[in-house]
Amino acid sequence: MKRTRLVMVGNGMAGVRTLEELLKLAPDLYDIVVFGAEPHANYNRILLSPVLSGEMTLQEIMLNDESWYRKHGIRLHLGKQVVRIDRAARKVIAADGTEEGYDRLLLATGSTPVILPIPGSRLPGVVTYRDIGDTQAMIDASVRSGCALVIGGGLLGLEAANGLKQRGMDVTVVHLMPWLMERQLDRTAAELLQRSLEGRGLRFLLERETEEILERDGRVAGVRFADGEVVPAELVVMAVGIRPNTELARSCGLHCDRGVVVSDTMQTHDPRVYAVGECVAHRGVTYGLVAPLFEMSKVCANHLAQFGIGRYEGSVTSTKLKVTGIDVFSAGDFIGGDDSEEIVLHDAVGGVYKKLVIRDDRLVGGVLYGDTVDGAWYLQLLRDKQPIADIRDHLMFGQSHLGNAGHQGQEKAVGMPDHMEVCGCNGVTKGAIVQCIKSKGLFSLEDVRKHSKASSSCGSCTGLVEQILASTVGGAYTPQTDAAKPMCGCTDHTHEEVRRAIREHRLLSIPQALAFLEWRTPSGCASCRPALNYYLLCAWPREAQDDPQSRFINERAHANIQKDGTFSVVPRMFGGVTSASELRRIADVVDKYAIPTVKVTGGQRIDLLGVRKEDLPRVWADLDMPSGYAYAKALRTVKTCVGSEWCRFGVQDSTRMGIDLEQAFQRMYAPHKVKMAVSGCPRNCAESGIKDVGVIGVESGWELYIGGNGGIKTEVAQFLVKVKTPDEVLQYAGAFIQLYREEARYLDRTVHYVKRVGMDHIRKLVVDDADSRRALYERLLFALQDEKDPWVQRVKGESRHEFEELRV
Amino acid sequence: MKMHEAVAQWRKVCPLDQIPRLGARVVNTPQGDVALFRTAEDEVFALHDRCPHRGGPLSQGIVFGRNVACPLHNWSIGLADGQAAAPDNGCTATFQVKVDGFDVYLLV
Repeated sequence: MKRTRLVMVGNGMAGVRTLEELLKLAPDLYDIVVFGAEPHANYNRILLSPVLSGEMTLQEIMLNDESWYRKHGIRLHLGKQVVRIDRAARKVIAADGTEEGYDRLLLATGSTPVILPIPGSRLPGVVTYRDIGDTQAMIDASVRSGCALVIGGGLLGLEAANGLKQRGMDVTVVHLMPWLMERQLDRTAAELLQRSLEGRGLRFLLERETEEILERDGRVAGVRFADGEVVPAELVVMAVGIRPNTELARSCGLHCDRGVVVSDTMQTHDPRVYAVGECVAHRGVTYGLVAPLFEMSKVCANHLAQFGIGRYEGSVTSTKLKVTGIDVFSAGDFIGGDDSEEIVLHDAVGGVYKKLVIRDDRLVGGVLYGDTVDGAWYLQLLRDKQPIADIRDHLMFGQSHLGNAGHQGQEKAVGMPDHMEVCGCNGVTKGAIVQCIKSKGLFSLEDVRKHSKASSSCGSCTGLVEQILASTVGGAYTPQTDAAKPMCGCTDHTHEEVRRAIREHRLLSIPQALAFLEWRTPSGCASCRPALNYYLLCAWPREAQDDPQSRFINERAHANIQKDGTFSVVPRMFGGVTSASELRRIADVVDKYAIPTVKVTGGQRIDLLGVRKEDLPRVWADLDMPSGYAYAKALRTVKTCVGSEWCRFGVQDSTRMGIDLEQAFQRMYAPHKVKMAVSGCPRNCAESGIKDVGVIGVESGWELYIGGNGGIKTEVAQFLVKVKTPDEVLQYAGAFIQLYREEARYLDRTVHYVKRVGMDHIRKLVVDDADSRRALYERLLFALQDEKDPWVQRVKGESRHEFEELRV
Repeated sequence: MKMHEAVAQWRKVCPLDQIPRLGARVVNTPQGDVALFRTAEDEVFALHDRCPHRGGPLSQGIVFGRNVACPLHNWSIGLADGQAAAPDNGCTATFQVKVDGFDVYLLV
């Protein structure tokens, strides 16, 4: 059968990224033809500045060489400019007469540099800064050295100026506005930047309007400004902006305003014709940065692949200046106004300036100069519109100050030596990560994880890996907004969308959910199935169908798999209290089944390690104790101190309280494991401060703390409420845990969940609103009612096949 | 090796319905433990029960499509060819398996 023909006009980053995404989704759907006006395959345009300054070579910035096109069966017309589109006959025609017919057309024609309409602007020696050709022209000019004049003190102009300076030219930057990069920086940051560039030998002429480019012997000789001043120059670089390249689209009658007008599905007014990249105008906005272009590519590919799910809804962008040794970052509304607040840190001598703009308890913009390591983090806060009241005190000092970025407080990715280990789980050094990013052309955290393995295990170095990625690829890196992150590669739906659909449409089984939500894979994957299974059971307790095959082995075998394939068994000891007969039974089991290791756990119970899987049901039968759920995303242990029954300092009976909590909430599944603790006095011997729910007895009652964590990310729990009676402890703790069960994403601990939704949200629903609290608590009790002990069930013979091996 | 090849024969293992859909069973064979998988479409595959990465028991993993995720470090292994999914690299041995009537047979 003949395949659908897809023709792409323009061979730049946005277009090729669209093809890559498309090939991932539907590798065999199209016969693809690509026209590129430049004689090169796809390269990383953002890295032209390092090429100009001599820090990188052209080879190093290639993203897809010609063999990539061959490998995917794409026919590539290089150096051929498409001059006409015949939409009636559905074909494109290139300047040399080459014709290609299409069923779908993708326009990715990018943008062209603006050339000032002044006398002399076409003289030899006047260049723009856009592609490899321009870069090469500048490099060639710099060999002859002499004076260069850059018109335009924006991002591109400054990068060009810096590159030419490093190649030995005498460089002057002319700018129309009162300060540099006025679209990205406020005056203070711009002046710091100017001073630092002046320190490198660049000269600046601000508030000068160029009126004419002067000629001598048929070449450029200098420029004259409106005030009459003349500056000599052998090279003039025009970097006054870019304009979407809409010429081709206009000529075939497609609707254009500033760019080619596209809908949220990246379609032009002709539904067969798609457009992505710098050439488009989406909701009246044009983009010149790479991150939004990649977002467009993803959506466009989704529709070309006929999935029809994604929508592009515009982007929040950020800028980074790629001048080695000078760190500038800006995003959002960095100027602010009467309705906004500012947090400013300014160290003029140290060369650090940071300004954050806040409106209605949300970060709306910011400028960073000199220290930009937290740029990616701020950008994420901005996109997620996360309330910042809880972290406002520390906001200025960055993410590491919140105890979240990497180990040992190490945060300056840029300053790290290459041999320093970043990911302690997988032994990956910074050098290995950078190498991997460069050689494989990676742009997203997910890809870096997959290829380098860094941050793919415990995830505690994620912040650091993100920083390394951001500093390696510059503006091309977009931290994925949490809010819009799809559950996994099987779907474009977010966790929240999936949960809502399960609730609103009463989905009761995994096959039903996969079909209803139009999963791309027939049976999901190892990442989405366990999440779906949990979401179904949480939304429809006692109705939804549990699918053991969608549970991780530990929750299927009700024991913890070890590195050698044996299992460990942890029986429940309520509140850490045991008895002579339990201990005797444990000792007998250890002897009878020759269990190699017996260990006291951190949660005040006993772990039997190295049990063969086929022995599990008999071990459980002989133990005759409840399952401790030490293997499950569920309530683990409630740690207690001795309390008022024995302790001379104890003011409350913490042991009793712990036992009551554990009995009330045992067998409770959750998005991740849940640990609790109860201390009988403020000395807090049960370490309640680092638990998901920590309770501390005081003379007049109990204090409840939530969202603490003692593992990957050490985090002190936050105060929720003080109550008087043990009943209230049960109700408040239960209501919070139910809220977490209903709202957290699968595999988020309470610490992540609390951080995401904010304490205010939790206080409102658990503390302030008594009806809401009661309802939450009742929903939890309803879910737990009739939940059976899995060990008892299996001793009786349930899922026998799980524990029996076959023989031939 | 020659020995095994010489005596390799189809051996009846169990009825198909004793392997859960999207699940697996372990079979002890003279050539070591073999993991027997059943997909959602009732296809059956057999792999040596060891992940090429750190030797994890693949039979204990989550089965999805024609893949299994190793329970130890989440490598994804193809059921049909035993190949680890890129960017990971490794391969585990495959065994021939067939369904005849209600029963599953393994060539060992």
